[in-house]
Amino acid sequence: MLTIALIYPELLGTYGDGGNAVVLAERARRRGFEAEIVNVGVDDDVPDATIYLLGGGEDGPQRLGADLLRVSSFSARVRDGNFVFAVCAGLQLLGTSFCVEGDDEYEGLGLVNAITSRGETRSVGELVVRVDGRALVGFENHGGRTTLGDDVEPLGRVEVGRGNDGTVDGFRTPGLWASYAHGPVLAMNPWFADKVLARALGRELEPLVTIADQLYDERVGALAP
Amino acid sequence: MPREISLRDDVAKGAVRTVNLLSRLASRGSGTVIGGRVGLAIAPNLLADLARSRDVVLVSGTNGKTTTTAMIAAGWGVAVATNSTGSNMPEGHVAALVASKSRSVVLEVDESWLGDVARATRPRVIALLNLSRDQLDRANEVRQLAERWRALLADLSEVTVVANANDPLVVHAAELAESVAWCDVPTPWTTDAVSCPRCTKPLHFQDNSWWSDCGFSKPTDLVATFDDHLHVRGTSLAIDLQLPGAFNEANAAMALTALSYLGVDLNEALKRVNAITSVAGRFSLRLWRGHQLRLLLAKNPAGFSSMLLTLKSDGADVWVAINARVADGRDPSWLYDVPFELLRGHRVYCFGDRRLDLATRLDYANVDYVLVSDESSLPASSEVINVLANYTAFQEWRTRTKAC
Ligand SMILES: [Zn+2]
Repeated sequence: MLTIALIYPELLGTYGDGGNAVVLAERARRRGFEAEIVNVGVDDDVPDATIYLLGGGEDGPQRLGADLLRVSSFSARVRDGNFVFAVCAGLQLLGTSFCVEGDDEYEGLGLVNAITSRGETRSVGELVVRVDGRALVGFENHGGRTTLGDDVEPLGRVEVGRGNDGTVDGFRTPGLWASYAHGPVLAMNPWFADKVLARALGRELEPLVTIADQLYDERVGALAP
Repeated sequence: MPREISLRDDVAKGAVRTVNLLSRLASRGSGTVIGGRVGLAIAPNLLADLARSRDVVLVSGTNGKTTTTAMIAAGWGVAVATNSTGSNMPEGHVAALVASKSRSVVLEVDESWLGDVARATRPRVIALLNLSRDQLDRANEVRQLAERWRALLADLSEVTVVANANDPLVVHAAELAESVAWCDVPTPWTTDAVSCPRCTKPLHFQDNSWWSDCGFSKPTDLVATFDDHLHVRGTSLAIDLQLPGAFNEANAAMALTALSYLGVDLNEALKRVNAITSVAGRFSLRLWRGHQLRLLLAKNPAGFSSMLLTLKSDGADVWVAINARVADGRDPSWLYDVPFELLRGHRVYCFGDRRLDLATRLDYANVDYVLVSDESSLPASSEVINVLANYTAFQEWRTRTKAC
């Protein structure tokens, strides 16, 4: 059973981020796995799950999300090996600190050595990141500038847009994958959705052909430099 | 008024008319925005001067602005100056006020322009419908917008704010206003206000009420309420609209409440509002290549959800057209915030620049879809087909179809 826990969708789900859960569940089901999506509300404890999804949010909700996760079992479960895929604000709050309105250094969960400061401008637009030789296409909308520790591997190199800092995007540690490509980035990048799914399930997956492959080809054609 | 300024205004007003006429003759745009822009460039105070000594009503919110504005204009029962073409920024307002000298004015206002327009036009009534996500790529985060409205309304005098009591963001925005008329209207979409605008803690929704642990809660001094009738300040009204959907009943309730503050006879106003069959081409029946189409504008998650809820579960084909041009917002992520699962049992034909994004969304929702690349091969149908389209896609379908 694949359990996909969507963390605080009412706080961290600004940009269609719930779509990533639907994509993972469907791609698992179509390969014969059982899959369920659990919405973790702000009053709920964080349950055991195969994968946790963290989405984007506005400043206040992001701060509240970090506070709630800090006192929950989330970090312990992640250290026990539960896998996380995070985007946007979700990416930021996994790090050591981030900035939100009125707070230049708000304490993050510290699960990865990454510091987010205020960027000089807000970054709004298409994002293309080279991940394992393939283009990851998406859309970013954030004001952060994220600096990774030397020991942290970025998800990929930025080809269009800003990502962390104009050079690289996101990060990839054994238990945490993250990107600034918000919302249903897994819908636009079926190959990457399968990478996330394979990592969560801990096994190789059979190829799966869907209409999303055509969408991906079209977006790459429209965006790739 | 100093003579110099009024002369400048006259020149500016003349310019608005001339440029609009030329623009229409050259058939560029609807000929309202360009003239207004020229006028404002010549006389920056033009909007304030044009609105002086008139009874102004402003209508703002994410969804329902155009319809509510049309309902107020129709319900008023007098000649009304209004921006019925949907140009809802100051250049459109200037154009509307130049085009008609009527004392009665109702203007639809883009959410982010409400402050400027309200300070310039000194309205008697402002109707605030709802606030939710729209065009996220413009970074107009809804909570910030609510804060800006709040600062504006705390400051503005001699205005009655007709506000939706079921939308926590609207309540946060309106609660400091000098005079507020709270309306208890159907508001199914509250996903953008699940965290309290005051303290960011979760809001609780139950039994047509809502509250936060900090004490912020739904207002209880309601001026307009619904059961089988709409009750506005002691008058009971039987709403019986030609327009579809609960969201249009909510729009009508807001419009009639606004009109009650302008001294309009509500029973007469109701007859005129009930008789409306189409607003700026929306909901109207159109013809295209032998197909009978009903065009429905749906441009953000809240609007789209309301529109999906009006469709009967009869399995009829539905056409959906999605673009992601500048006016739509370049980011179609919002498709994943729309409960397309409601369309299971229907076959959905996917149109527009971003039909592949739509088809992918429908595929993951397990909805039967057809990607339309060749429009000449669409099956013939004798039934009226509902066409849901977002902003620029809707304009395209307006242009390509003919009135029935
Ligand atoms: Zn509160």
